[in-house]
Amino acid sequence: MKSKIVLFLVAYLVWALLNWAPDWQHLLVGIFIAWFVAFMTGDLFITRPHILKHPQRYWYFLVEYLPKFLWECLKANVDVAYRVLHPDLPINPGIVKVKTTLKADTALTFLANSITLTPGTLSVDIDRDNGVLYVHWIDVKEKDVEAATKIIVERFEKMLRKVFE
Amino acid sequence: MSNIIGLIFISIGFAFDVFGCLGLVRLPDVYNRLQAATKCVTLGTCSILFGTFLIVGLTSAGIKALLCIIFLILTSPVAAHAIARGAHRAGVKLWEGSVIDRYAEDKEGEA
Repeated sequence: MKSKIVLFLVAYLVWALLNWAPDWQHLLVGIFIAWFVAFMTGDLFITRPHILKHPQRYWYFLVEYLPKFLWECLKANVDVAYRVLHPDLPINPGIVKVKTTLKADTALTFLANSITLTPGTLSVDIDRDNGVLYVHWIDVKEKDVEAATKIIVERFEKMLRKVFE
Repeated sequence: MSNIIGLIFISIGFAFDVFGCLGLVRLPDVYNRLQAATKCVTLGTCSILFGTFLIVGLTSAGIKALLCIIFLILTSPVAAHAIARGAHRAGVKLWEGSVIDRYAEDKEGEA
């Protein structure tokens, strides 16, 4: 029930933003739409509503994770642009295996997305039971599991644990 | 003033989109191409949308541009992940210059 209320609020907010500037007709229709969405899919999206109550998680998300993520994203773009524009095409690709200790769904999703948008890496598959991620790396520096984990996963793992676990 | 900054953002985004498309043409296999496509096109398009927001301000179009940025950042890595996994499962080989494929090693026993 709690997760449905949260989803209702989120859906209503998105609806209101999509129909900017607000007037009463849009807002009234939005109540029904958001209620319907929350009723149909409420259990799918937010499985652990209790973690939404901790304000320090939002703080960590906004102050620690987001700036780091945007910076890595920018670096990734410059990196790809450099590789593409270089006449010799300096790539050394391969799929490596990395380990993670995160368990929660949201945390793993954010980890995989962060890996995809950071320099040179793209998550290919995930094995949740063993905590293993398969990552395509455009410039393989370490073939060993532990060493690759250190380079790829550890820059995000700690803060994601603080935010989502 | 915000017009000029917006135009700068749009130009940067445009440049990165071009690099992404160039990567699609130049890089050798599906996985490398996905790297170029997701990274450059995500940030490039987000940059264009943000520039649009700066130019039009808090109007209905500007708010929608901001929403689109959030959706793009959330969905494009997921799509890339799905395509890469699907390609590997369907038997698309890595480029012959690739140094290692742990995924194929681990999946060998499975059907």
